[in-house]
Amino acid sequence: MKDTPLSTSGPSFAKVIKPCGAHRDRALTRQARQLGFAGVSLKASDIFFLRGETDTANLRFIVPRLLDDAQGEAARLEVGTTTVPAGRLVIEVARRAGVTDRVAAQLAESAARSGCRIEAATGSRFEMTGAGELPEKDLRFLVHNLLCNPVIETWSFGEVQPGFTSAPAEESSTVEIVPLCGLPPEGLARINNERALALDPEEMEAVAQWFTAEGRDPTDAELETIAQTWSDHCSHKTFAARIETDQGEVVPLLRQLRETTRAMKAPFVISAFDGNAGIVAFADGVRLAIKAETHNHPSAIEPFGGANTGVGGVIRDVLAAPARPVALTDILCFGPRELDHHNLPDGVLHPAVIEEGVVEGVADYGNKMGVPTVAGAVLYDTGYTANPLVFCGCVGEVLRGYDKLSGPQPGDRVLVVGGATGRDGIRGATFSSMTMDATTGEVAGASVQIGDPIIERLVADLLVELLDRPDPLVRALTDCGAGGLSSAVGELGETTGVSVDLIAVDRKYAGLQPWEVWLSEAQERMVLAVPPAQAAAVLERARHLGLSACDIGEFTGNRRLLVRHGAKQVVDLPMEFLHKGRPVRRLRAVLPSPDRRPDTRHRKADIPKTLLALLAHPNIASKEAIIHRYDHEVLGATVIRPMAGSAQSGPSDGTVIAPPQRPSGFALGIGVNARYGLYDPEHMAHAVVDEAMRNITASGADPAQTALLDNFSWGDPRRPETLGDLVATVRGCCAAAQLYGAPFVSGKDSLNNEYVASDGTRRSIPPTLVITALAHVPEADRSIGTALRGAGHVLVLTGRTTREFGGSHFNLVTDDESGTVPAPDASAPARYRRIHTLVREGLVESAHDVSEGGLAVTLAEMAIGGRLGIEATLDDPDECSALFSESLGRLVLEVRAENIPRILESLGAEAKVIGKVVKSYHLHLGARTWTGTDLEHAWRGSTS
Amino acid sequence: MKPPAIVLTAPGTNRQNDAAFALEQAGAAPVCVDLLDLPGRRGEIERAKLIVIAGGFSYGDALGSGRVFALEAERLLGDLLAEKVAQGTPILGVCNGFQMLVRSGLLPGALQHNERGHFECRWVALQPSSQLCVWTKGLDEPVRCPVAHGEGRYVAGTAVIEQLRFEDRVAFRYAADDYPDNPNGSVESIAGVCDSTGLVLGMMPHPENHVTERQSRAMVTTQKRGHALPLFRNGVLAASAS
Repeated sequence: MKDTPLSTSGPSFAKVIKPCGAHRDRALTRQARQLGFAGVSLKASDIFFLRGETDTANLRFIVPRLLDDAQGEAARLEVGTTTVPAGRLVIEVARRAGVTDRVAAQLAESAARSGCRIEAATGSRFEMTGAGELPEKDLRFLVHNLLCNPVIETWSFGEVQPGFTSAPAEESSTVEIVPLCGLPPEGLARINNERALALDPEEMEAVAQWFTAEGRDPTDAELETIAQTWSDHCSHKTFAARIETDQGEVVPLLRQLRETTRAMKAPFVISAFDGNAGIVAFADGVRLAIKAETHNHPSAIEPFGGANTGVGGVIRDVLAAPARPVALTDILCFGPRELDHHNLPDGVLHPAVIEEGVVEGVADYGNKMGVPTVAGAVLYDTGYTANPLVFCGCVGEVLRGYDKLSGPQPGDRVLVVGGATGRDGIRGATFSSMTMDATTGEVAGASVQIGDPIIERLVADLLVELLDRPDPLVRALTDCGAGGLSSAVGELGETTGVSVDLIAVDRKYAGLQPWEVWLSEAQERMVLAVPPAQAAAVLERARHLGLSACDIGEFTGNRRLLVRHGAKQVVDLPMEFLHKGRPVRRLRAVLPSPDRRPDTRHRKADIPKTLLALLAHPNIASKEAIIHRYDHEVLGATVIRPMAGSAQSGPSDGTVIAPPQRPSGFALGIGVNARYGLYDPEHMAHAVVDEAMRNITASGADPAQTALLDNFSWGDPRRPETLGDLVATVRGCCAAAQLYGAPFVSGKDSLNNEYVASDGTRRSIPPTLVITALAHVPEADRSIGTALRGAGHVLVLTGRTTREFGGSHFNLVTDDESGTVPAPDASAPARYRRIHTLVREGLVESAHDVSEGGLAVTLAEMAIGGRLGIEATLDDPDECSALFSESLGRLVLEVRAENIPRILESLGAEAKVIGKVVKSYHLHLGARTWTGTDLEHAWRGSTS
Repeated sequence: MKPPAIVLTAPGTNRQNDAAFALEQAGAAPVCVDLLDLPGRRGEIERAKLIVIAGGFSYGDALGSGRVFALEAERLLGDLLAEKVAQGTPILGVCNGFQMLVRSGLLPGALQHNERGHFECRWVALQPSSQLCVWTKGLDEPVRCPVAHGEGRYVAGTAVIEQLRFEDRVAFRYAADDYPDNPNGSVESIAGVCDSTGLVLGMMPHPENHVTERQSRAMVTTQKRGHALPLFRNGVLAASAS
């Protein structure tokens, strides 16, 4: 600490500045340059604002003890005006009051433990050089993309005012009555709009009618509760809608998926499309819960916080199963990284900035929770520039108390445990059901939550303690997700009725309106139904762990949702109306008519260049720069990890997780290909189910014991063409599930992923379906990777190659639009089962599927993973199809020469020996040769 | 009899079960004790023959990695860890546990942000290099295991480094100096150091994640797998002797 004289005058708080260090300055400067600001250099410091008992003696004690770093740059105390060195621009940023701030909270707590009572707030300071010539508009762009997110922070040139959250505020109990009865449709539309309810006109009408019949107007909280409960996010109203097409009405989409699963009667499905997660039990008797969610809108406006709480949210879904989380997945879709920032739509963050924030957000939550992030995908397309997609998935091991969860009984207590409630993330469910525009970032500020993974870690520990026993202390539980307490309490009490008092809810700070407490999406909270006799014990255990825990009311028996704030009634609604009163949505769809005529065009290409271009395409190129930021090893159960080979240099297909104490485990495979969806949504569904199945088969999992998850991210379903694509995709999903004998057990839809530019033009994302396969791995010791294992081994291609280029990456790198999307392969399921048998017999050394870029990319990736060479022949006159077609149902197997007869005997005409593994690191295909170094350089780019 | 071992944790620790499993495999009888369970369970720590401080993000690393863990341990345990060392109890701090030991002053130096500026998870090869350290004594094969940390760049003044080398206290070095072999930019590729008694080892990589064949089966094609179990066996041996 520098010896700065302290004066008692000046600002009412002390300020400690601590340089972040060279690693941070380098990263920021590099990012600024990536955004096109070549001459700019940045230097960053953390700011800690302190007030309260901040006399000199206390500060001289606190700063070295809690803030200064040995061996690092010293923190210094600053009082009065910031001095700005000549030629530098100083920008200070402060976190807004009320936004979750673990550092500030820890600082205050640790200071108190040391005997100093202080309040703390945090911020950052950036010193910028080389920005002298920048126009104000560019400077603002740089600040909003790199230094500060106005959604959660304030900033200024020079000194910023800190946002102390504990500022005393008046406790408020205002309950507003919203006049609704007797309003004409325009009046209802105005209220719908002003309050951002995101309800359909027919739904507003139904609400008004109901209250008219009751003879009263709704309270603010009642209206918000209905809007949250009826949102697409919570009630899947598009998936439950009646849809009219030219070919007549279709069965509601969710029912199609459910009935497909039911008809398959798979013995391993324990629970499908019910509760927070799907549950399966494979042959080893271990029950697994699985769920995947999207957090797209929040990630668009606050990438770190949005992705961070996306992971936190899906983990809570699995905790609520109830299960112990053991693996995470993430599928990310961004705009192109190199986009010129002058071409960005208004109010949209740069794709590179979104990607950096999202990846850091995913990494931060999973790493701190101690759950390995093991599988995923990253796609780039201009269609995702304004609407990035963040799919987060979680698998958990179901706790022993699952069988005893009877549901709430009248008289049970309603407990809220985890984090305290603040003004964060209000209206998330309705926000996610809206279209975004240039002002979304400003008005939706309160819709973004900031997570605190350490709290969730402790919530997980608490739930394991309460529920991983034959006599659980809890009768029912759910997480606080979208809609906060309004959804969670409303859902849990649906069959009984429930009565709660908002005064009893633990708050982060005073000043919240009752409806805000009720709607807040403050993170890391669970709602538990606990028998009265156990309530005290549960609260005590939660508080022992340092968690917030409160008893807010009881389950009744009157089937009403009753919410009060002390003596004041806030909500009084019958469950029947809340959960069944929404008029069924009626929508019209125009089904797509894809071109499926046989492709007669013989393609020619510069083959050596095309393969390198494919390997370097961002969708195919190595994702190691992202993967290595995720802890994929914690829990010690990772067997097949996301990077393959002893140098972790190649891509994996499926990943395998098996606790070291058990012989068996599970595999995760991911299928996603939005480009196919642009041309043929139904065949896209087949293709991505096939990809997920290929992935798990390639890692040694059993394709006959596999469950699927569907996650749809789509545009506005009220546009008939967009909905038609969705209808065709669901049809494809159901057909594929039947074909592969792999039932869907859970799913989620995120619709309205659209952006309205200031000139009124709408941009929708490409139709994006993510399929996750969760498969049984009977013998984890037999699982295999994609990297080549040994020279002399033989390579076998299984499956049939035809000319299929529609939506292919060959088309993408050769700027072609022709061809058809790969067609379903009815022979694939039986073949995958035979391959699984061969893997179990120990006859396959490695396996890699053929996907984006075709066979040439597959072979190159196997070589890169094993740092070994391949010599293969092609006897197909249509070289482009042989190398780059994306026909489904294909895998390349690496086999010892002596096992070839057995392999060919099992796979018959579906298998063909195409070459062998050699020691020299190169790829030799027909008459062409690439060095391993060239392949690796193309695929790994600057990271190699 | 299996020596009783403690896996010491704080809120936010997440590799305690991994550490406990490794200790079981090595022949110890581990139990986890959290700082929140103190002072009630202090006796168990007093009776322990071996202590592992597990990895994770104690207190969210909110004020810098391991800092609050060290302060709270000092508040709740006083000098107990130093006393245990004086009694001959081997102590291993892994990752966040290493950061905590450094913040506590039981080991020299500091652990700064990785040179690349972000969290890094990958398998690395480690060269054991101390015969003083009870944990690495007699290990001659390189150990392979993952790192998973954001603040693991070991730094210390030149005099300290000189002393560590002179006293044979550099327990592990990464296999090579450059990224990614040295994943965080540690000075002299130092991955782990021990105290002057050789009983206290702190290391950033996670040996507890490589104690079975299966954990590395897809990574290693040769016979030299680089298991980390011998490290834990060494600790158990030293515990039995104390």
